[in-house]
Amino acid sequence: MIKKLFYPAIFGFALFFSIPVFAGCEISARVSIIGNEFPAIQTVGAGAQECKGAEVTSNLTSEHKDIQVPGMKGNPAEYTSAIISTSSIVPLMNEDLIRPLNDLVAKYGKDLQSSQLIKIGDNIMAVAFMANSQHLMYRADVLKEIGVEPPKTYEEMLSAAKIIREKGIMENPVGGAYAAGWNLGQEFNNIFMGYGGSHFKSGTAQPNVNSEAGIKTLNLMKALSEYMNPDFLTHDSNATNAEYRAGNIALLNMWGSRAASQTTADGVIDAVKNNHSIAGPMTVGGGSIPASTLWWDGWTVAKNISDEEAEATFIAMMNGIRPDMMQDQKIRTQAVWLIEGYEPTDAAIGVFESAKMSTTPYPMLPYMGILHGALGNEIADFLQGKESASQALADVEAAYMTAAKEKGFIN
Amino acid sequence: MRHRTFFWFVFPTVSAMILFIAFPIVSVLLQSVYAPHPAVLVEVETCTPLVGCTIETVMDQDATKALRNAEPLGRFVGFDIYFDRGHLAISEVKEIFINSNSLYEIFKKVSNLPFYRAMGFTLTFTFVVTPFVIILGFLIAITVNAINSKLKGLVIFFSLLPFVVTQLIGALVLFWMIDSRGILGNAVQWILSDPNLSLKASTGVMWVSLIIYGIWHAAPFAFVIFYAGLQTLPQDQIEAAKIDGASRYQQTRYIIIPHLFPLITFVALIQLMDNFRVFEPIVGFNASAHAQSLSWFIFNDLGGETRQLSSAAASSVLTIIGVSILLFPVLLRTWQDFREKT
Repeated sequence: MIKKLFYPAIFGFALFFSIPVFAGCEISARVSIIGNEFPAIQTVGAGAQECKGAEVTSNLTSEHKDIQVPGMKGNPAEYTSAIISTSSIVPLMNEDLIRPLNDLVAKYGKDLQSSQLIKIGDNIMAVAFMANSQHLMYRADVLKEIGVEPPKTYEEMLSAAKIIREKGIMENPVGGAYAAGWNLGQEFNNIFMGYGGSHFKSGTAQPNVNSEAGIKTLNLMKALSEYMNPDFLTHDSNATNAEYRAGNIALLNMWGSRAASQTTADGVIDAVKNNHSIAGPMTVGGGSIPASTLWWDGWTVAKNISDEEAEATFIAMMNGIRPDMMQDQKIRTQAVWLIEGYEPTDAAIGVFESAKMSTTPYPMLPYMGILHGALGNEIADFLQGKESASQALADVEAAYMTAAKEKGFIN
Repeated sequence: MRHRTFFWFVFPTVSAMILFIAFPIVSVLLQSVYAPHPAVLVEVETCTPLVGCTIETVMDQDATKALRNAEPLGRFVGFDIYFDRGHLAISEVKEIFINSNSLYEIFKKVSNLPFYRAMGFTLTFTFVVTPFVIILGFLIAITVNAINSKLKGLVIFFSLLPFVVTQLIGALVLFWMIDSRGILGNAVQWILSDPNLSLKASTGVMWVSLIIYGIWHAAPFAFVIFYAGLQTLPQDQIEAAKIDGASRYQQTRYIIIPHLFPLITFVALIQLMDNFRVFEPIVGFNASAHAQSLSWFIFNDLGGETRQLSSAAASSVLTIIGVSILLFPVLLRTWQDFREKT
């Protein structure tokens, strides 16, 4: 009986107090958002949609990278805002599709912290709202059963995986988003950074992955893949997490932005719910730089729209990242927010460790996307045992050079 | 017909063809010989959260815009894109021929180049799927034609289902079934008692899956065409053959197949064209690590963070050329038949 009264009371209470806050967001022109689809971004999108006065639509999908450039190239642009990350802002800047926000930040950005502003030269090109990175997630019960500490290096991860398999607990204890394409390329980037590799010859657009660090990276990826579900080349982040939630894997390198939803999604088994743990990113080969990359997610405003629409978009997006949202426990656990008033939760440990261990930021270079794409397509051959590591890396560089020449990055 | 009348008679068709077929092809051709301008890069101070400010390379928008405004089409590159490594790879192939010692080595090295590897799969797919679709479609058609007319409607409906289901959905369903945790993948593991067997991890099995899917999807198309053809079968010829004591096989071989031959040519034409452009199953099966096609190249070039329009345009033109080469023998035959008749 008390419960019955309790929830409506709380709900009414929340409604009563929240109305005055939402009433603050009035817009007068259309807002249309494109972005990725993990929980934190859905929260931001929903926050923007609370604005009244004009229509706010959002298209949040994992295919956002393919849609955002065509969707913002028209004049007027279909999307007035793209929610982007370290890598996906680059094509928008290359094509000159987003507008500098200096005037709007001065007018409406009093709630922003200076660390949230993405500055390219003198221009503020995006407003960041969260940090992200890939780090270790593991099953505490499984590691306890084999008497092993959570791995701090990829070498320890391999030996833990070996014990888990030998003890017959799990056949394929390691998970990884190794789906051919963007995911596979990103896993290469992580470990490559950990071995101290740099993607380009310093100061040029010439590729530098066919190196000792590159070959070591591929060999480690191959060793890891021996402990993965044999279908690993078709598993993206979503499929890898599904394997984890079903209790099929015990160790994985996964995005911090997915940490909170690992135990809350549908169909999570109890063993995972009770024993899901996270830790910082792993290092590799005795190095001290984590085998991971540091990311931020933020939003932009399209260039090819009217000033009214740009203003409405800025106001609505600000409403999606307003500081009072940080009071909501559920929202707080969704990400490592860069918003004022955010108190870290347990789900944030991994990303904070990444920042503390000075993880290399993902390279924001105009030609990085091409190399990332070439990696994702070409190294699958090596992992399938079809060719040698150096041949695969030579193919990556050749594919990159072809595309970079076409795009005018290399003469 | 007078010239004037003829002109006004075909005018709507010809103008529609120019507008909807010729112009797009010309535009694609044009796009494939132009590439984006050289990128003007500058180094500026870039500030990001958690990292602070660093010097990073970005594109100089004003300079790039000036270049784009001066020559909106881009820079003329002629056939460079066609000959680059992503397409015909002329210089790479030449080098392989000069530096290789055996045919096997040449074959291995050439099939490592994206275009030739994709051709390997596409042609295998085309030349296995097309005949199987025709044979299977024909068998279904004569079977359905022979069954009780009360059941016919129902049987036709169910036989058509694979063709009705959207290609991508059909591919996804089969993909999930052969997953190592799916019903077929698991069954195969159980039958062979090998828990590590993955149908998706082997290139050979992936090709077989894609081919089976291709046949499953297109057989109903051939069936419908042949079934329609069977309804126009000259009954008097069949009866005459029966009186002469022709067996069921002989009737099929000497009356039905010759009667359906124009339709077989038609199905072959459409299937060669469709299968050469195989695309949906590769995406649905997530098979790009094992099998690629020209259509998949176009998709890959246009997607993601690097939109390579020139490369995609060149692949499109190569697809048109490929389809023309494939269809040439069939078209030649049709033309000869036509000449004999007139």
